[in-house]
Amino acid sequence: MDLVFSPADEAFRAEVREWLRAHVPRAPLPSLETEEGFAAHRSWEAELAADRWSVVNWPSRYGGRDAGLLRWLLFEEEYWAAHAPGRVGQNGIQLLAPTLLDHGTEEQRARVLPPMASGEVIWAQAWSEPEAGSDLASLRARAVRTDGGWLLTGQKTWSSRAAFADRAFGLFRSDPDAAKPHQGLTYLMFGLRAPGVTVRPIARLDGKPAFAELFLDEVFVPDEDVIGEPGRGWRIAMSTAGNERGLMLRSPGRFLASARRLEELWRRQGRPASVRDRVADALIGARAYQLFTYAAASRLLDGESAGPESSLSKVFWSELDIAVHETALDLLGPEGEMADTDWAERYVFALAGPLYAGTNEIQRDIIAERLLGLPKGRR
Amino acid sequence: MRFLLDAEQRAFAASLDALLTAADTPAVIRDWSRGDHASGRALWSRVADAGVFALAVPEAYEGLGPRPVELAAAFVELGRHAVPGPLVETVTAAVLLEGADPGTAKRLLPALASGETMATVAAEGAYALDGDAAALRISWEPGRIRLSPGHGPVRPSLDPARRLTPLLPGGDLLALTADEALTWARLATAAQALGLGLALLDRTVGYVKQRTQFGVPVGAFQAVKHRLADARIALEFARPLVFGAALTMEPCDAAAAKAAACEAAYATARTALQMHGAIGYTAEYGLSLWLTKARALRTAWGAPEECRALVVSAGDRHR
Repeated sequence: MDLVFSPADEAFRAEVREWLRAHVPRAPLPSLETEEGFAAHRSWEAELAADRWSVVNWPSRYGGRDAGLLRWLLFEEEYWAAHAPGRVGQNGIQLLAPTLLDHGTEEQRARVLPPMASGEVIWAQAWSEPEAGSDLASLRARAVRTDGGWLLTGQKTWSSRAAFADRAFGLFRSDPDAAKPHQGLTYLMFGLRAPGVTVRPIARLDGKPAFAELFLDEVFVPDEDVIGEPGRGWRIAMSTAGNERGLMLRSPGRFLASARRLEELWRRQGRPASVRDRVADALIGARAYQLFTYAAASRLLDGESAGPESSLSKVFWSELDIAVHETALDLLGPEGEMADTDWAERYVFALAGPLYAGTNEIQRDIIAERLLGLPKGRR
Repeated sequence: MRFLLDAEQRAFAASLDALLTAADTPAVIRDWSRGDHASGRALWSRVADAGVFALAVPEAYEGLGPRPVELAAAFVELGRHAVPGPLVETVTAAVLLEGADPGTAKRLLPALASGETMATVAAEGAYALDGDAAALRISWEPGRIRLSPGHGPVRPSLDPARRLTPLLPGGDLLALTADEALTWARLATAAQALGLGLALLDRTVGYVKQRTQFGVPVGAFQAVKHRLADARIALEFARPLVFGAALTMEPCDAAAAKAAACEAAYATARTALQMHGAIGYTAEYGLSLWLTKARALRTAWGAPEECRALVVSAGDRHR
């Protein structure tokens, strides 16, 4: 048992740090949930990709560096410590790409991944529907067989980034006669500007169009954009959900950086004793999440697969994120109410954490039933 | 970087777990609480034979240490089985004695490593745990570490298995400073609390699976599931802090581990009590042996707030 990174790993870390020092924009970019900010963040993705820093753990033939899990963690620590911009391409990079790497065809990977890595194509997720949220398997949007592909009809909602993104991925009911709700679902990719797609942006709490409703009316999707076998989409999607909850969506580097930023703010505000314990808990929580992830990564490198443990992570980081930002707003006093600060922007973003990627209540059910072995019950 | 116990370390913990499972610790704890130390001393010898105390004693003094990772793994098991006695204090005493002159260390340390001697330590203003059972009693005030000549009367703790005594003043001066001893004490306490919390969760999960109300096991209810899920989360995120601290042995890391593990164990104790209902509130039911210790460990060797203060002050040194 050790916490020592190899000299080669440390050299990689130093190279990342050096690149970020030279390239991270001095002033924060406009919010990525606005049209202007989305474009600025897309350009930043291109800048990262130009020097092959956008997807370090991917295979090099798709734009990555074959850096592996540990170096990805180090990259993330350096990235967020450098106050680098948010990642507008993350839904594709963290959710779709692992699915394609596991379940896609080589043709799909070669076609989809490079423009994802460069920010040329930004992806949105299309899971939820108005009547299918936590009970995702009850979804109703249909995929009907047609010549050379499928016609998608129905409604998706809470589609993050869809207001300005290019393409989306999600599950559709291709066999309405299947015996069980999670059977007869197909995993598809489609264009957000394809004929028959209407995107209606939804304003989140602070008014920014961070997500959207999608209305689909016989949208044609060619067979080449089906991932895996038709009718087998649920299992594939659940492997994506595992990635989303687990290591890949929210790296420890983010929370270490937030906790340190909070500590700096606390010092600047004269180290008020009233919030000292909350600042300490932020530092302790971020360190715990880092070490927990190091252990999880060590197990993955031993050849074990990520299981329901990812539900522990998801609840932990989402609650930690809110606690850190609430403490910062409290520390800011009258300024803490202002909407035009970085802390406020990140606070609003953090508030969504316990809701998306499977609500924290769903995660607690998973922990109770699959890790603790408690009986299944009514939700 | 490989942040997992290796096969040998896991086997060591598993063998200790098996030893303690077979030892009927609840009966030992009840004896100890009455001041009957015989069964506790027998168990102590077996724990020592497994090498636990030697992990804190350098090889020069007939130990196997310092091996804080293995020590943390062992203390998780001691906590899981709620083993009574001055376990943390004996480890702390061993580290304090390393600061004594070599002759004194040579005279006293081998007996701690072998389990022949139990030791206790009273930090400034605090009681010594099991001063009536320990043959070696150390009073630890800033700049003055002394061999105490004796102990005062036993005072009852909220945890009946913790018998607290003041130490008598005076005695031979052993050493002046002992920077590392507090880190070891906090690490061992954190690991012990983690094991205690894991056992409380296990027992409670077992209980809610078999306790039936409204025609179903109460563990099928979401209100019950979610509290137990939260306990699991708190414990699983305390665990890496404990082993991370064992690797760095930085005072602020040990303090963070102590705060997180003791909070997690205490929160789990509260949940365990609530999920058991009235039966869990009785002294007779075995759960009480774990419940009461979770409260006591919170304040032993630094209350959560003291530990948190150290975590934020660590930032001062990096500035």
